[in-house]
Amino acid sequence: MATFFGEVVVAPSRAGLDEEEEAREETPEDREIRREIEKKREIDVLWSWQAGGRAREPLVCSRFIVAIGRNAAAFLSSFILDSVCWEVVGVVKLWNEWCRTSSTTNVLPTDSFCLFYRLISDPTVLLCQCSCYVAEDQQFQWLEKVFGSMQKKSLQVTILSTCPVADYKTQESTLTLASPFLKALKTKEFQEPVCCPLLEQPNIVRDLPAA
Amino acid sequence: LLQPAVSVGNVGQLAIDLVISTLDMTKVGYFYTDCLVPMVGNNPYATAEENSTELSINAEVYSLPSKKLVVLQIRSPFIKNKYRPFCETLLSWVKSIKCARVVLLSSSHAYQRDDEQLLGTPLRYLLTPDLEKAVGGRMKELNWKEMEKVAAYPGISDTDKVLHIPGGGITKLLFTESCSEGIQMAVLLKFCSEGDNIPDAFVLVNYLNEWLQLIKSEVNPSSQWKIPSSWRLLFGNGLPPALF
Repeated sequence: MATFFGEVVVAPSRAGLDEEEEAREETPEDREIRREIEKKREIDVLWSWQAGGRAREPLVCSRFIVAIGRNAAAFLSSFILDSVCWEVVGVVKLWNEWCRTSSTTNVLPTDSFCLFYRLISDPTVLLCQCSCYVAEDQQFQWLEKVFGSMQKKSLQVTILSTCPVADYKTQESTLTLASPFLKALKTKEFQEPVCCPLLEQPNIVRDLPAA
Repeated sequence: LLQPAVSVGNVGQLAIDLVISTLDMTKVGYFYTDCLVPMVGNNPYATAEENSTELSINAEVYSLPSKKLVVLQIRSPFIKNKYRPFCETLLSWVKSIKCARVVLLSSSHAYQRDDEQLLGTPLRYLLTPDLEKAVGGRMKELNWKEMEKVAAYPGISDTDKVLHIPGGGITKLLFTESCSEGIQMAVLLKFCSEGDNIPDAFVLVNYLNEWLQLIKSEVNPSSQWKIPSSWRLLFGNGLPPALF
């Protein structure tokens, strides 16, 4: 690809592989740096019962609602959460280039946070508000650590998330669409009726909701 | 086992989509892996309302017992530093399922070709030594061109020749590992650039078909391949009427 100044610019490939990365062998210093970065990017899930230092049985959970992204988190704050019916039971501490969360549970709507709430009247109902961005390499870890703490039999998981309308692929132009609108994806095992149409191909879901 | 490498233009992956869609293959499993970027959507090969609601993720396995064919489709890029663990896991899986042969569909940057490669066919093949013994002769009959090795230090003569597949993703790693582990692997690749790579996918899948004869290649082999419904709208939505 040539530019106006005459230098050749390598076009980024959809294949997504960084050529430099694979050509070089790792030196011990590289390994050390990589290990340090990996440690820094590790996710910690802290549950309220861990404060006493005791290990706990897997959490019995019947319904788990996860809100990912600021819009979904705000939806839960505005319509579902209140301090009377819900109590904070956990927090995720993580760091990446886009955000850092802390272990404080007293958060402002503009902060980046990831908190877990439990319905006081039915402690098997769990809710997660995740307004921070969980990076690609942290998503699997988040998944394993959060779901690893719960007993998954008869567990129903609902994931709430938002995407820009401009990303929606459709025959017509997105300008003429009545937005916002809802679309859903569900597993075979989910037998209840869904409240909105299913997401059609070629649209896909990425990042933490996909994980 | 037929699989793609995530490579320039995603040509291997597009070609695999054509194979799965045309042969109407059944999904038999998936890879639960932390090495690929997560994604999920509904059935990309749906042909009707009824079969459109099966979820599909980033690494899935399909099979066609009548042709003893197993296909792995990879739908997202590798997470940084995770391509090596993925290759290791993949090759140990290949060995554990006692797969006879692996065919890897890939591509390489067209702009990296040398003068000789610019002429003639943009398609190349590679065979591991174990497979060379079995099918090397067939490749010669088909008049196929083997991927050339390049000088390790271009510009300096008398240096060792090495295999170099720029833009090929994990192709070189999988191939060299298969050579050393005695796995029968063939690599089929096309030189191409980023852009509308659908024609490249057709060329590559027809190349594959010359050898494996997955579909009858009649007068116009390209028309025999079925385009999956998920290939719609690859280059954007409809235009807003207000534009005019």
